[in-house]
Amino acid sequence: MTSAISVQKLEKIYDNGFKALDDVSLEVERGEIVALLGPNGAGKTTLISTICGIVNATSGKINVFGYDNQKDYRKARSCIGLVPQELTTDAFETVWHTVSFSRHLFGKSSNDDYIESLLKSLSLWDKKDNQIRMLSGGMKRRVMIAKALSHEPEILFLDEPTAGVDVELRKSMWQLVRKLRETGVTIILTTHYLEEAEEMADRIGVINNGKMIVIEDKKKLMKKLGKKELVLELYSPISEIPEALCGFDLHLKQDGHQIIFTYDPAKQDNGVVTLLDQLKAHSVKCKDFNTRQSTLEEIFVQLIGEK
Amino acid sequence: MNYWGIWAIYCHEMERTFRTVGQSIASPVLSTVLYFVVFGTAIGSRISDVDGVQYGAFIIPGLIMLTILGQSISNASFGIYFPRFTGTIYEILSAPLSFAEICIGYVGAAATKSFMIGLIVLITANFFVTFHIQHPFWMMFFLIMTCVTFSLLGFIIGIWADGFEKLQLIPLLIINPLTFLGGSFYSINMLPGIWQKISLLNPVVYLVSGFRWSFYENSDVSITTSVVMISVFMFLCLAIIAWIFKTGFRLKN
Repeated sequence: MTSAISVQKLEKIYDNGFKALDDVSLEVERGEIVALLGPNGAGKTTLISTICGIVNATSGKINVFGYDNQKDYRKARSCIGLVPQELTTDAFETVWHTVSFSRHLFGKSSNDDYIESLLKSLSLWDKKDNQIRMLSGGMKRRVMIAKALSHEPEILFLDEPTAGVDVELRKSMWQLVRKLRETGVTIILTTHYLEEAEEMADRIGVINNGKMIVIEDKKKLMKKLGKKELVLELYSPISEIPEALCGFDLHLKQDGHQIIFTYDPAKQDNGVVTLLDQLKAHSVKCKDFNTRQSTLEEIFVQLIGEK
Repeated sequence: MNYWGIWAIYCHEMERTFRTVGQSIASPVLSTVLYFVVFGTAIGSRISDVDGVQYGAFIIPGLIMLTILGQSISNASFGIYFPRFTGTIYEILSAPLSFAEICIGYVGAAATKSFMIGLIVLITANFFVTFHIQHPFWMMFFLIMTCVTFSLLGFIIGIWADGFEKLQLIPLLIINPLTFLGGSFYSINMLPGIWQKISLLNPVVYLVSGFRWSFYENSDVSITTSVVMISVFMFLCLAIIAWIFKTGFRLKN
Protein backbone atom coordinates (compact mmCIF):
# COMPACT_ATOMS: atom_id res chain seq x y z
CA MET A 1 0.00 0.00 0.00
CA THR A 2 1.31 3.46 -0.90
CA SER A 3 2.45 5.60 2.02
CA ALA A 4 0.47 8.71 2.83
CA ILE A 5 3.69 10.71 2.64
CA SER A 6 7.06 9.68 1.33
CA VAL A 7 9.96 12.10 1.64
CA GLN A 8 13.32 11.09 0.23
CA LYS A 9 16.65 12.85 0.70
CA LEU A 10 15.04 16.24 1.03
CA GLU A 11 17.31 19.25 1.12
CA LYS A 12 16.38 22.90 1.40
CA ILE A 13 18.85 25.76 1.20
CA TYR A 14 17.29 29.22 1.38
CA ASP A 15 18.46 32.08 -0.82
CA ASN A 16 20.48 33.49 2.06
CA GLY A 17 22.49 30.25 2.18
CA PHE A 18 20.84 28.83 5.30
CA LYS A 19 20.49 25.05 5.12
CA ALA A 20 17.12 24.35 6.72
CA LEU A 21 16.79 20.69 5.71
CA ASP A 22 19.65 18.30 5.25
CA ASP A 23 19.02 14.89 3.67
CA VAL A 24 15.67 14.34 5.41
CA SER A 25 13.77 11.13 4.67
CA LEU A 26 10.40 10.24 6.13
CA GLU A 27 7.62 7.74 5.50
CA VAL A 28 4.19 8.32 7.01
CA GLU A 29 1.62 5.56 6.79
CA ARG A 30 -2.08 6.11 6.27
CA GLY A 31 -4.05 6.87 9.40
CA GLU A 32 -1.12 7.30 11.77
CA ILE A 33 -0.24 10.27 13.92
CA VAL A 34 3.36 11.38 13.68
CA ALA A 35 4.77 14.04 15.99
CA LEU A 36 7.82 16.02 14.92
CA LEU A 37 9.87 17.39 17.77
CA GLY A 38 12.76 19.76 17.65
CA PRO A 39 14.04 23.03 19.05
CA ASN A 40 13.22 26.38 17.44
CA GLY A 41 14.77 26.69 13.98
CA ALA A 42 15.33 22.95 13.71
CA GLY A 43 13.54 22.73 10.34
CA LYS A 44 10.11 21.39 11.34
CA THR A 45 8.11 24.16 9.67
CA THR A 46 10.33 24.13 6.58
CA LEU A 47 9.72 20.39 6.24
CA ILE A 48 5.96 20.88 6.45
CA SER A 49 6.04 23.89 4.11
CA THR A 50 8.04 21.95 1.53
CA ILE A 51 5.64 19.00 1.61
CA CYS A 52 2.66 21.37 1.28
CA GLY A 53 4.22 23.22 -1.68
CA ILE A 54 4.72 26.55 0.08
CA VAL A 55 8.50 26.31 -0.19
CA ASN A 56 10.50 24.88 -3.10
CA ALA A 57 12.85 22.04 -2.23
CA THR A 58 16.48 22.39 -3.30
CA SER A 59 16.69 18.65 -3.95
CA GLY A 60 14.93 15.45 -2.98
CA LYS A 61 11.59 13.89 -3.67
CA ILE A 62 8.17 14.15 -2.04
CA ASN A 63 5.19 11.92 -2.81
CA VAL A 64 1.73 12.31 -1.32
CA PHE A 65 -0.33 9.14 -1.73
CA GLY A 66 2.03 8.31 -4.58
CA TYR A 67 1.61 11.67 -6.32
CA ASP A 68 4.79 13.66 -6.90
CA ASN A 69 4.28 17.03 -5.23
CA GLN A 70 5.89 18.82 -8.18
CA LYS A 71 4.60 16.97 -11.24
CA ASP A 72 1.19 16.00 -9.82
CA TYR A 73 0.96 18.96 -7.50
CA ARG A 74 -2.80 19.37 -7.90
CA LYS A 75 -3.57 15.83 -6.76
CA ALA A 76 -0.89 15.92 -4.07
CA ARG A 77 -2.01 19.23 -2.56
CA SER A 78 -5.71 18.31 -2.75
CA CYS A 79 -5.05 15.59 -0.18
CA ILE A 80 -3.47 17.97 2.34
CA GLY A 81 -4.85 20.41 4.88
CA LEU A 82 -2.49 22.69 6.77
CA VAL A 83 -2.92 24.51 10.06
CA PRO A 84 0.03 26.90 10.22
CA GLN A 85 1.85 27.99 13.34
CA GLU A 86 0.79 31.63 13.11
CA LEU A 87 -2.84 32.73 13.38
CA THR A 88 -2.86 34.19 9.90
CA THR A 89 -6.37 34.99 8.76
CA ASP A 90 -8.09 37.85 7.04
CA ALA A 91 -9.29 39.74 10.11
CA PHE A 92 -12.26 41.38 8.40
CA GLU A 93 -13.72 38.19 6.92
CA THR A 94 -16.50 36.30 8.67
CA VAL A 95 -15.90 32.75 9.86
CA TRP A 96 -18.31 31.32 7.30
CA HIS A 97 -16.72 33.25 4.42
CA THR A 98 -13.15 32.40 5.25
CA VAL A 99 -13.89 28.67 5.62
CA SER A 100 -15.87 28.64 2.35
CA PHE A 101 -13.04 30.55 0.66
CA SER A 102 -10.56 27.87 1.71
CA ARG A 103 -12.80 25.12 0.35
CA HIS A 104 -13.09 26.86 -3.02
CA LEU A 105 -9.33 27.43 -3.23
CA PHE A 106 -8.95 23.67 -3.21
CA GLY A 107 -11.24 23.40 -6.23
CA LYS A 108 -14.30 22.17 -4.36
CA SER A 109 -17.79 23.51 -4.96
CA SER A 110 -19.84 24.95 -2.10
CA ASN A 111 -21.21 22.44 0.39
CA ASP A 112 -23.12 24.31 3.06
CA ASP A 113 -24.08 21.13 4.91
CA TYR A 114 -20.47 20.06 5.29
CA ILE A 115 -19.28 23.52 6.38
CA GLU A 116 -22.13 23.67 8.88
CA SER A 117 -21.24 20.29 10.40
CA LEU A 118 -17.55 21.26 10.46
CA LEU A 119 -18.23 24.53 12.27
CA LYS A 120 -20.53 22.75 14.71
CA SER A 121 -17.92 20.10 15.46
CA LEU A 122 -15.43 22.86 16.27
CA SER A 123 -17.93 24.82 18.36
CA LEU A 124 -17.80 27.68 15.87
CA TRP A 125 -21.37 27.58 14.60
CA ASP A 126 -22.53 30.40 16.89
CA LYS A 127 -19.70 32.56 15.59
CA LYS A 128 -20.20 31.86 11.89
CA ASP A 129 -21.23 35.44 11.08
CA ASN A 130 -18.62 37.09 13.31
CA GLN A 131 -15.59 38.78 11.82
CA ILE A 132 -12.43 36.90 12.73
CA ARG A 133 -10.94 39.92 14.47
CA MET A 134 -13.77 39.67 17.03
CA LEU A 135 -12.77 36.14 18.09
CA SER A 136 -10.54 35.04 20.94
CA GLY A 137 -7.15 33.41 20.28
CA GLY A 138 -8.56 29.95 20.92
CA MET A 139 -11.46 30.53 18.55
CA LYS A 140 -9.09 31.80 15.89
CA ARG A 141 -7.09 28.61 16.29
CA ARG A 142 -10.28 26.62 15.68
CA VAL A 143 -11.01 28.72 12.59
CA MET A 144 -7.57 27.80 11.26
CA ILE A 145 -8.41 24.13 11.78
CA ALA A 146 -11.81 24.58 10.11
CA LYS A 147 -10.09 26.20 7.11
CA ALA A 148 -7.63 23.32 6.87
CA LEU A 149 -10.45 20.76 7.01
CA SER A 150 -12.79 22.66 4.69
CA HIS A 151 -11.85 20.60 1.63
CA GLU A 152 -12.03 17.26 3.44
CA PRO A 153 -8.32 16.41 3.29
CA GLU A 154 -6.90 12.96 3.96
CA ILE A 155 -3.76 14.36 5.55
CA LEU A 156 -3.68 17.11 8.14
CA PHE A 157 -0.57 19.03 9.12
CA LEU A 158 -0.76 20.76 12.47
CA ASP A 159 2.16 23.09 13.00
CA GLU A 160 2.28 23.68 16.73
CA PRO A 161 -1.50 23.57 17.08
CA THR A 162 -1.59 24.18 20.80
CA ALA A 163 1.06 26.87 21.07
CA GLY A 164 -0.23 29.57 23.39
CA VAL A 165 -3.59 27.97 24.14
CA ASP A 166 -4.91 27.15 27.60
CA VAL A 167 -5.00 23.65 29.05
CA GLU A 168 -8.71 23.17 28.42
CA LEU A 169 -8.47 24.10 24.77
CA ARG A 170 -5.34 21.98 24.39
CA LYS A 171 -7.21 18.95 25.66
CA SER A 172 -10.15 19.63 23.37
CA MET A 173 -7.66 19.87 20.47
CA TRP A 174 -6.30 16.47 21.41
CA GLN A 175 -9.81 15.09 21.41
CA LEU A 176 -10.40 16.58 17.99
CA VAL A 177 -7.20 15.05 16.63
CA ARG A 178 -8.23 11.63 17.96
CA LYS A 179 -11.66 12.02 16.36
CA LEU A 180 -10.05 12.92 13.06
CA ARG A 181 -7.80 9.90 13.22
CA GLU A 182 -10.86 7.71 13.77
CA THR A 183 -12.21 9.00 10.46
CA GLY A 184 -8.99 7.85 8.77
CA VAL A 185 -7.17 11.18 8.55
CA THR A 186 -3.37 10.95 8.69
CA ILE A 187 -1.96 13.56 11.05
CA ILE A 188 1.49 15.08 11.26
CA LEU A 189 1.99 17.53 14.06
CA THR A 190 4.89 19.56 15.29
CA THR A 191 5.01 20.55 18.89
CA HIS A 192 7.18 21.87 21.66
CA TYR A 193 5.05 20.12 24.22
CA LEU A 194 6.59 16.71 24.72
CA GLU A 195 3.60 15.74 26.79
CA GLU A 196 1.51 16.34 23.68
CA ALA A 197 3.66 14.06 21.54
CA GLU A 198 3.67 11.43 24.27
CA GLU A 199 -0.11 11.63 24.56
CA MET A 200 -1.02 11.69 20.87
CA ALA A 201 1.57 10.24 18.57
CA ASP A 202 2.06 6.74 17.22
CA ARG A 203 5.53 7.66 16.02
CA ILE A 204 7.92 10.42 16.96
CA GLY A 205 10.50 12.13 14.81
CA VAL A 206 13.18 14.38 16.23
CA ILE A 207 14.67 17.08 13.99
CA ASN A 208 17.69 19.16 14.86
CA ASN A 209 19.76 21.45 12.63
CA GLY A 210 17.77 20.31 9.61
CA LYS A 211 18.51 16.62 10.13
CA MET A 212 16.06 13.94 11.13
CA ILE A 213 17.92 12.50 14.11
CA VAL A 214 15.46 9.73 14.76
CA ILE A 215 12.01 8.61 13.68
CA GLU A 216 10.65 5.75 15.67
CA ASP A 217 7.55 4.17 17.14
CA LYS A 218 6.85 6.09 20.35
CA LYS A 219 6.89 3.06 22.64
CA LYS A 220 10.00 1.63 21.01
CA LEU A 221 11.74 4.98 21.20
CA MET A 222 11.00 5.32 24.88
CA LYS A 223 12.07 1.74 25.48
CA LYS A 224 15.23 2.08 23.43
CA LEU A 225 16.40 5.40 24.69
CA GLY A 226 14.59 5.62 27.99
CA LYS A 227 16.66 5.02 31.13
CA LYS A 228 15.28 3.88 34.43
CA GLU A 229 16.17 5.14 37.85
CA LEU A 230 16.15 3.09 41.02
CA VAL A 231 15.70 5.34 44.05
CA LEU A 232 16.87 3.78 47.32
CA GLU A 233 15.83 5.37 50.61
CA LEU A 234 18.49 4.69 53.27
CA TYR A 235 17.98 4.04 56.98
CA SER A 236 20.82 6.30 57.90
CA PRO A 237 22.59 8.82 55.67
CA ILE A 238 26.01 8.16 54.19
CA SER A 239 28.61 10.79 53.34
CA GLU A 240 29.98 9.08 50.25
CA ILE A 241 29.37 6.07 48.08
CA PRO A 242 31.60 3.13 49.04
CA GLU A 243 34.55 2.77 46.69
CA ALA A 244 33.61 -0.80 45.82
CA LEU A 245 30.39 0.50 44.21
CA CYS A 246 32.14 2.93 41.86
CA GLY A 247 31.36 0.68 38.88
CA PHE A 248 27.64 1.55 39.19
CA ASP A 249 26.06 4.78 37.92
CA LEU A 250 25.17 6.07 41.39
CA HIS A 251 24.40 9.51 42.82
CA LEU A 252 23.80 10.58 46.37
CA LYS A 253 20.84 12.84 47.05
CA GLN A 254 18.84 14.28 49.96
CA ASP A 255 21.98 14.83 52.06
CA GLY A 256 22.96 11.20 51.76
CA HIS A 257 19.50 9.81 52.53
CA GLN A 258 18.95 8.64 48.93
CA ILE A 259 21.00 6.71 46.40
CA ILE A 260 19.91 7.03 42.78
CA PHE A 261 20.96 4.24 40.43
CA THR A 262 20.48 4.90 36.70
CA TYR A 263 20.33 1.79 34.55
CA ASP A 264 19.29 0.56 31.15
CA PRO A 265 16.12 -1.55 31.54
CA ALA A 266 16.61 -3.12 28.11
CA LYS A 267 19.76 -4.95 29.25
CA GLN A 268 19.47 -8.54 30.43
CA ASP A 269 21.86 -7.91 33.33
CA ASN A 270 20.90 -4.41 34.35
CA GLY A 271 22.86 -4.51 37.59
CA VAL A 272 19.98 -4.01 40.03
CA VAL A 273 20.38 -7.35 41.83
CA THR A 274 24.16 -7.04 41.99
CA LEU A 275 23.88 -3.53 43.40
CA LEU A 276 21.45 -4.62 46.11
CA ASP A 277 23.82 -7.49 47.06
CA GLN A 278 26.78 -5.11 47.17
CA LEU A 279 24.92 -2.61 49.32
CA LYS A 280 24.05 -5.35 51.77
CA ALA A 281 27.68 -6.51 51.82
CA HIS A 282 28.80 -2.96 52.68
CA SER A 283 26.15 -2.64 55.39
CA VAL A 284 24.21 0.06 53.57
CA LYS A 285 20.62 -0.64 54.64
CA CYS A 286 17.61 0.45 52.63
CA LYS A 287 14.17 1.11 54.11
CA ASP A 288 12.32 1.74 50.82
CA PHE A 289 12.84 1.93 47.08
CA ASN A 290 11.02 2.85 43.89
CA THR A 291 11.77 3.01 40.16
CA ARG A 292 11.06 5.74 37.66
CA GLN A 293 11.04 5.64 33.81
CA SER A 294 12.66 8.64 32.11
CA THR A 295 10.16 10.91 30.33
CA LEU A 296 10.07 11.77 26.66
CA GLU A 297 11.38 15.18 27.63
CA GLU A 298 14.51 13.63 29.11
CA ILE A 299 14.95 11.47 26.00
CA PHE A 300 14.54 14.54 23.81
CA VAL A 301 17.11 16.53 25.78
CA GLN A 302 19.45 13.54 25.61
CA LEU A 303 19.04 13.24 21.82
CA ILE A 304 19.51 16.93 21.15
CA GLY A 305 22.50 17.00 23.48
CA GLU A 306 24.18 14.06 21.78
CA LYS A 307 24.02 15.54 18.26
CA MET B 1 -8.02 24.16 -14.40
CA ASN B 2 -9.08 25.07 -10.85
CA TYR B 3 -12.01 27.37 -11.74
CA TRP B 4 -13.34 27.40 -8.17
CA GLY B 5 -9.95 28.53 -6.92
CA ILE B 6 -9.68 31.35 -9.46
CA TRP B 7 -13.24 32.45 -8.71
CA ALA B 8 -12.56 32.38 -4.95
CA ILE B 9 -9.53 34.68 -5.28
CA TYR B 10 -11.36 36.97 -7.70
CA CYS B 11 -14.44 37.28 -5.45
CA HIS B 12 -12.30 37.69 -2.34
CA GLU B 13 -10.48 40.63 -3.94
CA MET B 14 -13.67 42.19 -5.29
CA GLU B 15 -15.31 41.90 -1.87
CA ARG B 16 -12.36 43.77 -0.41
CA THR B 17 -12.98 46.52 -2.96
CA PHE B 18 -16.63 46.86 -2.03
CA ARG B 19 -15.84 46.65 1.66
CA THR B 20 -13.61 49.71 1.28
CA VAL B 21 -15.67 51.50 -1.35
CA GLY B 22 -14.69 54.96 -0.10
CA GLN B 23 -10.98 54.33 -0.51
CA SER B 24 -11.25 52.05 -3.53
CA ILE B 25 -13.72 53.86 -5.73
CA ALA B 26 -14.92 57.19 -4.31
CA SER B 27 -11.40 58.53 -3.67
CA PRO B 28 -9.97 58.14 -7.21
CA VAL B 29 -13.23 59.40 -8.72
CA LEU B 30 -13.16 62.50 -6.51
CA SER B 31 -9.53 63.21 -7.46
CA THR B 32 -10.41 62.99 -11.14
CA VAL B 33 -13.44 65.24 -10.69
CA LEU B 34 -11.14 67.84 -9.10
CA TYR B 35 -8.84 67.63 -12.14
CA PHE B 36 -11.84 68.27 -14.38
CA VAL B 37 -13.00 71.19 -12.28
CA VAL B 38 -9.55 72.81 -12.08
CA PHE B 39 -7.96 71.98 -15.44
CA GLY B 40 -11.05 71.39 -17.52
CA THR B 41 -13.55 73.98 -16.39
CA ALA B 42 -11.63 76.72 -14.51
CA ILE B 43 -8.25 76.91 -16.30
CA GLY B 44 -9.35 75.03 -19.43
CA SER B 45 -11.79 77.76 -20.46
CA ARG B 46 -8.80 80.12 -20.88
CA ILE B 47 -6.71 77.64 -22.89
CA SER B 48 -7.17 77.45 -26.63
CA ASP B 49 -8.27 74.23 -28.39
CA VAL B 50 -5.66 71.51 -28.86
CA ASP B 51 -5.68 69.80 -32.27
CA GLY B 52 -9.17 71.17 -32.76
CA VAL B 53 -10.51 69.75 -29.49
CA GLN B 54 -11.70 71.91 -26.62
CA TYR B 55 -9.08 71.61 -23.80
CA GLY B 56 -11.59 70.30 -21.22
CA ALA B 57 -12.50 67.45 -23.55
CA PHE B 58 -8.89 66.96 -24.71
CA ILE B 59 -7.70 65.97 -21.24
CA ILE B 60 -10.44 63.34 -20.66
CA PRO B 61 -8.53 60.36 -22.17
CA GLY B 62 -5.34 61.42 -20.39
CA LEU B 63 -7.12 61.78 -17.04
CA ILE B 64 -8.76 58.38 -17.39
CA MET B 65 -5.34 56.88 -18.21
CA LEU B 66 -3.76 58.70 -15.29
CA THR B 67 -6.36 57.22 -12.94
CA ILE B 68 -6.42 53.66 -14.23
CA LEU B 69 -2.62 53.35 -14.44
CA GLY B 70 -2.29 54.26 -10.78
CA GLN B 71 -5.28 52.22 -9.71
CA SER B 72 -4.28 49.10 -11.64
CA ILE B 73 -0.81 49.13 -10.11
CA SER B 74 -1.93 49.86 -6.57
CA ASN B 75 -4.83 47.36 -6.63
CA ALA B 76 -2.77 44.47 -7.96
CA SER B 77 0.37 45.19 -5.95
CA PHE B 78 -1.58 45.55 -2.70
CA GLY B 79 -3.73 42.51 -3.56
CA ILE B 80 -0.75 40.12 -3.64
CA TYR B 81 1.48 41.98 -1.17
CA PHE B 82 -1.08 42.05 1.65
CA PRO B 83 -1.40 38.25 2.00
CA ARG B 84 2.40 38.06 1.87
CA PHE B 85 2.59 40.64 4.63
CA THR B 86 -0.04 39.00 6.85
CA GLY B 87 1.06 35.45 6.08
CA THR B 88 -2.24 34.31 4.57
CA ILE B 89 -0.37 33.62 1.31
CA TYR B 90 0.36 30.15 2.75
CA GLU B 91 -3.17 29.15 1.86
CA ILE B 92 -2.87 30.25 -1.76
CA LEU B 93 0.52 28.57 -2.20
CA SER B 94 -0.57 25.30 -0.62
CA ALA B 95 -3.79 25.08 -2.67
CA PRO B 96 -3.89 23.06 -5.90
CA LEU B 97 -3.60 26.23 -7.98
CA SER B 98 -1.11 26.88 -10.77
CA PHE B 99 0.71 30.20 -10.72
CA ALA B 100 -1.21 31.23 -13.82
CA GLU B 101 -4.50 30.64 -11.97
CA ILE B 102 -3.31 32.67 -8.98
CA CYS B 103 -2.32 35.45 -11.36
CA ILE B 104 -5.67 35.37 -13.20
CA GLY B 105 -7.53 35.68 -9.88
CA TYR B 106 -5.54 38.63 -8.54
CA VAL B 107 -4.87 40.47 -11.81
CA GLY B 108 -8.42 39.85 -13.03
CA ALA B 109 -9.87 41.46 -9.90
CA ALA B 110 -7.45 44.40 -9.98
CA ALA B 111 -8.14 45.01 -13.69
CA THR B 112 -11.91 44.76 -13.15
CA LYS B 113 -11.76 47.36 -10.41
CA SER B 114 -9.65 49.74 -12.53
CA PHE B 115 -11.97 49.20 -15.49
CA MET B 116 -14.96 50.10 -13.31
CA ILE B 117 -13.21 53.24 -12.08
CA GLY B 118 -12.28 54.16 -15.67
CA LEU B 119 -15.92 53.90 -16.73
CA ILE B 120 -17.11 55.87 -13.68
CA VAL B 121 -14.61 58.65 -14.49
CA LEU B 122 -15.78 58.65 -18.10
CA ILE B 123 -19.42 58.99 -17.01
CA THR B 124 -18.47 61.69 -14.48
CA ALA B 125 -16.60 63.64 -17.20
CA ASN B 126 -19.84 63.78 -19.13
CA PHE B 127 -21.24 66.08 -16.45
CA PHE B 128 -18.45 68.63 -16.92
CA VAL B 129 -17.58 68.64 -20.63
CA THR B 130 -19.13 67.59 -23.90
CA PHE B 131 -17.28 64.92 -25.87
CA HIS B 132 -17.92 62.19 -28.39
CA ILE B 133 -16.19 58.83 -28.69
CA GLN B 134 -15.35 58.19 -32.36
CA HIS B 135 -14.18 54.56 -31.96
CA PRO B 136 -15.90 52.90 -28.99
CA PHE B 137 -14.37 49.49 -29.78
CA TRP B 138 -10.81 50.83 -29.72
CA MET B 139 -11.62 52.90 -26.65
CA MET B 140 -12.66 49.70 -24.84
CA PHE B 141 -9.66 47.86 -26.26
CA PHE B 142 -7.17 50.39 -24.89
CA LEU B 143 -9.02 50.67 -21.61
CA ILE B 144 -9.04 46.90 -21.01
CA MET B 145 -5.48 46.34 -22.27
CA THR B 146 -4.17 49.12 -20.04
CA CYS B 147 -6.06 47.85 -16.99
CA VAL B 148 -4.76 44.31 -17.50
CA THR B 149 -1.19 45.26 -18.42
CA PHE B 150 -0.68 47.64 -15.51
CA SER B 151 -2.36 45.21 -13.13
CA LEU B 152 0.24 42.68 -14.27
CA LEU B 153 2.92 45.27 -13.53
CA GLY B 154 1.34 45.89 -10.12
CA PHE B 155 1.32 42.15 -9.44
CA ILE B 156 5.07 42.03 -10.19
CA ILE B 157 5.69 44.99 -7.86
CA GLY B 158 3.61 43.31 -5.13
CA ILE B 159 5.76 40.19 -5.34
CA TRP B 160 9.04 42.10 -5.60
CA ALA B 161 8.34 44.50 -2.71
CA ASP B 162 9.53 43.43 0.72
CA GLY B 163 8.12 46.44 2.56
CA PHE B 164 5.41 49.06 2.21
CA GLU B 165 7.97 51.64 1.11
CA LYS B 166 9.01 49.56 -1.89
CA LEU B 167 5.37 48.99 -2.70
CA GLN B 168 4.99 52.75 -3.22
CA LEU B 169 8.44 53.36 -4.69
CA ILE B 170 7.86 52.47 -8.35
CA PRO B 171 4.34 53.99 -8.60
CA LEU B 172 5.45 57.26 -7.01
CA LEU B 173 8.92 57.69 -8.47
CA ILE B 174 8.52 56.14 -11.91
CA ILE B 175 4.91 55.64 -12.95
CA ASN B 176 3.57 59.01 -11.77
CA PRO B 177 6.23 61.11 -13.56
CA LEU B 178 5.89 58.99 -16.70
CA THR B 179 2.12 59.46 -16.63
CA PHE B 180 2.28 63.23 -16.13
CA LEU B 181 4.92 63.53 -18.85
CA GLY B 182 3.07 61.07 -21.10
CA GLY B 183 0.80 63.66 -22.67
CA SER B 184 -2.13 63.39 -20.29
CA PHE B 185 -2.55 67.16 -20.20
CA TYR B 186 -0.94 68.14 -23.51
CA SER B 187 -0.09 66.89 -26.94
CA ILE B 188 3.61 66.07 -27.30
CA ASN B 189 3.50 68.03 -30.58
CA MET B 190 3.37 71.12 -28.35
CA LEU B 191 6.89 70.30 -27.03
CA PRO B 192 10.18 71.54 -28.58
CA GLY B 193 11.79 69.06 -31.05
CA ILE B 194 14.26 67.31 -28.74
CA TRP B 195 11.65 66.84 -25.98
CA GLN B 196 9.28 65.30 -28.49
CA LYS B 197 11.93 62.66 -29.26
CA ILE B 198 12.67 62.07 -25.58
CA SER B 199 8.94 61.73 -24.89
CA LEU B 200 8.78 58.85 -27.36
CA LEU B 201 10.87 56.81 -24.90
CA ASN B 202 7.99 57.06 -22.46
CA PRO B 203 5.65 54.05 -22.92
CA VAL B 204 2.73 55.98 -21.43
CA VAL B 205 2.78 58.32 -24.44
CA TYR B 206 1.65 55.45 -26.67
CA LEU B 207 -1.20 54.51 -24.33
CA VAL B 208 -2.52 58.06 -23.98
CA SER B 209 -2.09 58.73 -27.67
CA GLY B 210 -3.93 55.57 -28.74
CA PHE B 211 -6.67 56.13 -26.19
CA ARG B 212 -7.10 59.77 -27.28
CA TRP B 213 -7.25 58.66 -30.91
CA SER B 214 -10.22 56.42 -30.07
CA PHE B 215 -12.02 59.54 -28.79
CA TYR B 216 -11.07 62.29 -31.25
CA GLU B 217 -9.15 60.61 -34.07
CA ASN B 218 -6.05 62.67 -33.40
CA SER B 219 -2.91 61.22 -31.88
CA ASP B 220 0.78 61.88 -31.28
CA VAL B 221 1.83 58.50 -32.73
CA SER B 222 0.10 56.13 -35.11
CA ILE B 223 -2.63 53.85 -33.72
CA THR B 224 -0.68 50.80 -34.93
CA THR B 225 2.37 51.86 -32.94
CA SER B 226 0.18 52.32 -29.85
CA VAL B 227 -1.35 48.84 -30.24
CA VAL B 228 2.09 47.26 -30.78
CA MET B 229 3.56 49.08 -27.77
CA ILE B 230 0.81 48.10 -25.32
CA SER B 231 0.99 44.50 -26.59
CA VAL B 232 4.79 44.42 -26.18
CA PHE B 233 4.48 45.82 -22.67
CA MET B 234 1.87 43.23 -21.77
CA PHE B 235 4.01 40.34 -23.05
CA LEU B 236 7.01 41.73 -21.19
CA CYS B 237 5.02 41.69 -17.94
CA LEU B 238 3.77 38.17 -18.68
CA ALA B 239 7.36 37.02 -19.33
CA ILE B 240 8.54 38.46 -15.99
CA ILE B 241 5.64 36.82 -14.17
CA ALA B 242 6.39 33.49 -15.88
CA TRP B 243 9.99 33.78 -14.63
CA ILE B 244 8.80 34.63 -11.09
CA PHE B 245 6.54 31.59 -11.10
CA LYS B 246 9.22 29.33 -12.47
CA THR B 247 11.82 30.34 -9.91
CA GLY B 248 9.48 30.98 -6.97
CA PHE B 249 11.15 34.40 -6.57
CA ARG B 250 10.14 36.03 -3.24
CA LEU B 251 7.32 33.51 -2.84
CA LYS B 252 8.82 30.08 -2.34
CA ASN B 253 12.52 30.61 -1.66
